[in-house]
Amino acid sequence: MSDGEGGRSAFSVKTAEFVVAGVFFALGAIVMYDSVRLGARWAADGPQPGYFPFYVGLIICISSVINFIAGAMLKGERNGSFVDTGPLKQVLVVLVPTAVFAGLVGWLGIYVSGALFVAFFMRWLGKYAWWKVALISIGNSVVFFLIFEVWFLVPLPKGPLEALLHLD
Amino acid sequence: MKELESLLYGFLVVLTWKNLIFMFVGILLGVIIGVLPGLGAANGVAILLPLTFSLAQQPGGTTTAIILLSCIYWGALFGGAITSILFNIPGEPWSVATTFDGYPLAQLGRAGAALTAAFTSSFFGALVGVLVITFLSPVIAEFALEFGAPEFFSVYLLTFCAFIGMSKEPPFKTLASMMLGFALAAVGTDPVTGTLRLTFGTERLLTGFDFLVAVIGLFGIGEILLTIEEGLEFKGTTARIDMKIVLRTWKELPRYWLTSLRSAAVGCFMGIVPGGATPASFMSYGIARRFSRTGSKFGTGELEGVVAPETAAHAAGTSALLPMITLGVPGSPTAAVLLGGLLIWGLQPGPLLFVEQKDFVWGLIASMYLGNIAGLIVVLTCVPLFAAIMRVPFSVVAPIIDIICAIGAYTVNNALFDVWMMVVFGLAGYMLKKLSYPLAPMVLALVLGHSAEASFRQAMLVSQGDMAVFFANSLVGTLTTLAIVLLFWPLVSWLWAKARRASA
Repeated sequence: MSDGEGGRSAFSVKTAEFVVAGVFFALGAIVMYDSVRLGARWAADGPQPGYFPFYVGLIICISSVINFIAGAMLKGERNGSFVDTGPLKQVLVVLVPTAVFAGLVGWLGIYVSGALFVAFFMRWLGKYAWWKVALISIGNSVVFFLIFEVWFLVPLPKGPLEALLHLD
Repeated sequence: MKELESLLYGFLVVLTWKNLIFMFVGILLGVIIGVLPGLGAANGVAILLPLTFSLAQQPGGTTTAIILLSCIYWGALFGGAITSILFNIPGEPWSVATTFDGYPLAQLGRAGAALTAAFTSSFFGALVGVLVITFLSPVIAEFALEFGAPEFFSVYLLTFCAFIGMSKEPPFKTLASMMLGFALAAVGTDPVTGTLRLTFGTERLLTGFDFLVAVIGLFGIGEILLTIEEGLEFKGTTARIDMKIVLRTWKELPRYWLTSLRSAAVGCFMGIVPGGATPASFMSYGIARRFSRTGSKFGTGELEGVVAPETAAHAAGTSALLPMITLGVPGSPTAAVLLGGLLIWGLQPGPLLFVEQKDFVWGLIASMYLGNIAGLIVVLTCVPLFAAIMRVPFSVVAPIIDIICAIGAYTVNNALFDVWMMVVFGLAGYMLKKLSYPLAPMVLALVLGHSAEASFRQAMLVSQGDMAVFFANSLVGTLTTLAIVLLFWPLVSWLWAKARRASA
């Protein structure tokens, strides 16, 4: 993955293995905890609701411990860089706006936040002229509006702008 | 020949204008999905599934709906080859092996021949897969009609153990990923007693995690993050396909008949057991390299190196539907999504489909023949158009794909919460993929979690908690034993390798 221009390592594979194994263990523990609360035994009328999930949680915990140990034993070449700073920046440049977009959908509706999202990408990553940015970002939302609201009659989240234009 | 009669009946069901139009639409969408990075067959089908809810309500609508969705699948199988050959970027995981010889061919100026070979062998692989489905599935379905809860559970067990035994990823990572799928499936209402599980008092979790949202996040957003990490520029060669190149390549292809047949067999096998198209394509590339007379030249632009993986991938992708329609056990993530669709439309996948839903089953099988013919025609004629899509800069395509994913996730339950979950699954998919946790077992577990748990508990109820029920008769005993062998296969092969190293 590192090809010279990627910069230095942001964090190692080992760290990433630890984090993921840790998250798995925590999830497994939560599943087991709730299964025990519901009853994970054999009752008079058969298995209790927590019976099946309890063992699922148990296996998750056991596997994550083994994966953690396997991660700790990574040496030399195999414990390289999980992601370098350069590519990590690229990933965050996509991930953060996507998360912001998902948050904005509830407030502005999918069409307005979608247009802002496309505009952000085109301007900051693609360095396009403003008129192109405006044309494609707004055009894209209009096309989606026609496809979903008009042709397929699938209502998508709408915000203040659609209310103002009486489109909802 | 009862099967041929049923198949003819299936063609009668399919041959309406409406179905044929949906078939072409599906193929076109599928190829586009296959070409675009970040949109794959599994999440493409997942995104479009909610749009078929109303379609499936009409009489005969479920058949039209499955034709649309399965044709997206075929289209994506075809489309993956285009980007592999022209851009050295596999549009789908199963076309990675196609890049090995496809891209060198394109650099030698033989892109047209490579594409023709890829499409033709894809078509041949699919044809073999459909033939297997046509003649084998009624037999398996009839056999499976006798199945009770223990038998079904042992089939599920076999499916999941096969993932551990046959995957290239570390076994405990496969296990962790699979069990997380089961845990996510358990969230919500317990299917047997109606008790709420793992909801921790939040209303949002009452209905559980929807597998469609997980698929869109894991495969869609996760894939975009992986793509962007490797850079934003696509550099590719151009291709023109005309009739002359097609005919010349077709004249050359019969030379590789043995490779084709072998690859098709590998593909069908890997598709029916849940190995999937991706390992099938690698395996058959490896076998072809070992057995071919020009094996040493593989990797420098051999047509045979394109034929082998493409045939196997398409055969596997197609035959993955066999266990789905006969047993209700999908052989690939995309087949899992299709199975989820069947459940949403109110059809119970499994052997009873062949008795109760003849129109649907044979319509689907007949549409596989026609869909792949349509696919071959579409891809052979429209390559420049699809290659042009790849030239749209990623800074424009990426946000639009993200928005499409968000719309898909939202329309599943009309819930904004699902859009946020999609982003979480996307980040998870990116991390897991990079650490070689396989995602397919998680998706399958998420789809099959309820059925697997229900059949396990029913079997346990019948036997009063005695595990011996899974060895009660020769059928269920064989399935269970086979499952256990596959489960411990990584351990066996590890010990074997160790013993050999010690003696050497």
